[in-house]
Amino acid sequence: MNSEYRTLSKDGLWENNPALVQLLGLCPLLAVSGTVTNALGLGIATLLVLVGSNITVSLVRNFVPNEIRIPVFVIVIATFVTLVELTMNAFTYGLYMALGIFIPLIVTNCAIIGRAEAYASKNNWYKAGFDGLMMGLGFAAVLVALGAIRELIGQGTLFDGAELLLGEWASSLRIQLIEFDYPLLLAILPPGAFIGLGFLIAGKNWLDEKKREKLAKAPVEKAQRARVTHVS
Amino acid sequence: MSFYIASSPHHHQRRTTAKLMQWVLIAMLPGFLAQLYFFGWGVILQLLLAIAVALAAESLCLLARDRAPSTGLQDNTAIVTAALLAVSIPPLAPWWIIVIGTLFSIVVVKHLFGGVGHNIFNPAMAGYVVLLISFPVQMTAWMPPTGLATQAPSFIDSLYLFLFQFTSEGFSLEQMRRVDTGAMLDAVVMATPLDHLKTQLSQGATLSEAMQHPQFTGLAGMGWQWVNLGYLLGGLLLLQQRIIQWHIPVALIASLAFCALLGSILAPDYLPGLSIHLFSGATMFAAFFIATDPVSAATSSKGKLIYAGLIGVLIYVIRSYGGYPDAVAFAVLLANLCVPVIDQYTRPVTYGHRKEQG
Repeated sequence: MNSEYRTLSKDGLWENNPALVQLLGLCPLLAVSGTVTNALGLGIATLLVLVGSNITVSLVRNFVPNEIRIPVFVIVIATFVTLVELTMNAFTYGLYMALGIFIPLIVTNCAIIGRAEAYASKNNWYKAGFDGLMMGLGFAAVLVALGAIRELIGQGTLFDGAELLLGEWASSLRIQLIEFDYPLLLAILPPGAFIGLGFLIAGKNWLDEKKREKLAKAPVEKAQRARVTHVS
Repeated sequence: MSFYIASSPHHHQRRTTAKLMQWVLIAMLPGFLAQLYFFGWGVILQLLLAIAVALAAESLCLLARDRAPSTGLQDNTAIVTAALLAVSIPPLAPWWIIVIGTLFSIVVVKHLFGGVGHNIFNPAMAGYVVLLISFPVQMTAWMPPTGLATQAPSFIDSLYLFLFQFTSEGFSLEQMRRVDTGAMLDAVVMATPLDHLKTQLSQGATLSEAMQHPQFTGLAGMGWQWVNLGYLLGGLLLLQQRIIQWHIPVALIASLAFCALLGSILAPDYLPGLSIHLFSGATMFAAFFIATDPVSAATSSKGKLIYAGLIGVLIYVIRSYGGYPDAVAFAVLLANLCVPVIDQYTRPVTYGHRKEQG
């Protein structure tokens, strides 16, 4: 039981990360990761939808005929997206305007329907919820990392516009780390997202490779030599 | 007595990559000298810094990839990339522009894709596009060619502008770029011929009105035509030395010329004519030095014709209808992307075999 949760968290955060390994949901990932605030906002929204839809799908899984399960899942996901969208509209209006079309587009995020189909429709609700939480955290972490890199290189700041997400007090979170006369616009523009994500994936693979090399270096017990020819 | 047995292409002259690259550098000289004459000392400063950065980046990358830097440095490819990039950017752009561009070219475009012979994009052009997208102001700040400039910056001034963006007397680059237009008493900031035409045409002027500007003398604008003729001369030298084959330059120039002729027949007042397209901007430079990069270009002869023809069309389309005045870098990168497909469908038939029916 315990080890299953450990596997779930490891999969969601690292081994089977939706953004770095499955490469799902790249459209919002690349489009709104211009600043940390936008990335965090969309990351949290996706996380909430993922947890909610996973739990609901898991609860209704025994009442849904197999033939129409996909439309049902989509309706469930769309419901949660609508909830999140209306909530953001009410409480974080600035961020809602900044993210624009990409909030309703969470419906089409393949990572969510992928988890509903692959995991939630086969497991009970608390496991499915935990899986949604971990997958959502993994997705949000990549989103925030990419947003931080792009914001830092493109503007020299971090948490610019955090008050849109967290309220007035958060405007003091904005840090100007580097002062550019001419920022590297490429990082803010769409190509910067692709190049940044490429570097993140390369970094993950490099770390994995290092880990594997370390494991491979561990001494292997010498096998007994067996003589197979010329046995007299 | 031992015989030396070599495998099949039995060249009489065995040329190494380093030798080829040396020839490319030599062939760049006429165009480079023309640029030096018309655009001042900045060209040399850019070139020197670019080569220094390229060699340093190349060595570090090779070290990081567990390869001996000496072998990689001796093939001169990094120097050629640096030189191609250095002559593409405005001569008095601040020093960090060329540093960022060269680093991107060598580290990301060349070595992350596997080093010499493995880059799918032309490193110099990818570096140029990164710079153009990131720093549009600095990357379009070309000096007016000598002869139009009110004051040509001296070597010291060029060095100051290059390092600090101000001359020793405190003039900014913007002030140095002003020219006397003669007709108007006001001095205006200079734009390149293609840039000037683009702006004027987009403001509703006709081509002949836009061409009233004093920089349009001779074929295609003061200075630029000579730079292009210089690169044409160097390109012919490369052809004569058989460093490059005729396919790419001929197909590129032919398809661009065809489009330009068609354009000037259909809309003579709104689309720049043949001479502008061929002898302004970076056309000749692209045809002989950029598109002919043996790594990122198509392989077979037929493939080369298609590849270069595509570049020509793209240059014309982007120049005429795109957002940027010149389009060589974008066109080359887009064509680079198509190379795997082109190679797939233009694979020559093995001798003695029939063409596969498909």
